[in-house]
Amino acid sequence: MCTSIVEIAAAEGKAKGGAEWFDVNRAVVSYDHARHALLDDAITIDFINTELEAGARAAVELTLDSAKALQAALAAAIAEADEEEAERAAAIEAMRLAKVAAA
Amino acid sequence: MTYRGLTAELITINGDGGDPISAYVARPTGDGPFPGVVLIHHLPGWSEWYIEATRRFAHHGYIAICHNLYERNGLGDPDDVAAKVRAEGGVPDAQVVGDTEAAVKWMRGQANHNGKVGLIGSCSGGRHAFIYACQKQDIDACVELWGGRVVMPAEDLNDKTPTAPIDMTAGLSCPLLGIFGNEDRAPSPEQVDQHEAELEKHGKDYAFHRYDDAGHGFFYYHRPMYRVDQALDGWAKTFAFFGKHLG
Repeated sequence: MCTSIVEIAAAEGKAKGGAEWFDVNRAVVSYDHARHALLDDAITIDFINTELEAGARAAVELTLDSAKALQAALAAAIAEADEEEAERAAAIEAMRLAKVAAA
Repeated sequence: MTYRGLTAELITINGDGGDPISAYVARPTGDGPFPGVVLIHHLPGWSEWYIEATRRFAHHGYIAICHNLYERNGLGDPDDVAAKVRAEGGVPDAQVVGDTEAAVKWMRGQANHNGKVGLIGSCSGGRHAFIYACQKQDIDACVELWGGRVVMPAEDLNDKTPTAPIDMTAGLSCPLLGIFGNEDRAPSPEQVDQHEAELEKHGKDYAFHRYDDAGHGFFYYHRPMYRVDQALDGWAKTFAFFGKHLG
C-alpha cells in the first residue's frame, strides 16, 4: 500500500550500513511497501544521516508482529537502562558528597 | 513472428526550476513516427521495475521516458535514495509536475514522434499522473494505476501536497484509465468510489477497472503482491487504451 505511515525521530549514535559505521541523526519508521522482505507491507526502520549520501543507511524490514516484539524488547531494555543510570547517578553523587564531607 | 528492436539510454533533461535530472529513455528501432509514453515512478523510487516498464513500452512501439523524481535527493541505490526522500517527507507535487512537464516537452521534441503523448504512473506515480493531467493540457491520455491519496483529508495537506488531487478533477484535460485492486487500502474501494463520483460529476472521459483478489501494486512481478491474471488483463487494457488514444 502507499500508506504514508512515516514517523521520524532525531537520533544520536552510530549505525553500520555495509562494512562501515557512520554517525546517525535520524531514525525513520514507516509501514508501507516492503522492497526486499517477501512481504506485502513491512515496518521499515531506517537509520540515516541527513548530512551524508543516501548510501549511509542501515535498514531493516520487519513483519508487524516482529516490530511489536522489538518494541517490547526495546521498552524493557530502556526501563532497565533507566534504572541502571539512576543507580549510577546516585552512586556518583554519594561519592561526591563523601569527598566533600572528608575535605 | 518478428520482434521489434529497441535502444535504451540515460539522458539528462532540465526539470523543474531548470534542475538537471536523469531520465531513462527507450525507443523502438525504425523511422516511426511513434507515439510517446512518459512514466512517473512510484514511491519506492526510480526503480528497476520502472526501467523495465520503460523498455516494455518501447517493445510495444512507443518512445518511452522515465525521469528520476528523486535526483535532487541523492544518487546511488534507488532504494536508499527513496529512504532519504521518505525521511525528508517526500517531494513536492509542484516539483513533480515541473519535472514531468520537462519529460513531456522532451518527448514532443523528438523527430520521429507522432505528436501524441500518454502518461502512466503507479502508486504515488498514479496520483502524480492524475495531478499532471488535471493541471496541464499537453498530454493525450493518462493511466492511473492504484493512485493512493487522490482523496486526502485536510490534515494531510502541507506545503509539499497543498491540494487534494480529487479537488483538481474539473481540470482533467484528457481521457483517463484507472486500474485498482479491490483489496487495496491506499486507495480503498471507498476512496476509488469518491474518485469516480467526482469524474462523473464533471462529465470526464474515463474508465475504471477494479480487480477482485488484488490489492496494491499487483503489476509488480518481483513482489508478493503480484497477481498474474489481473496484471495480464490490466496491461492489456493499458495497451488498448493507449492504442486508441495515441495511435
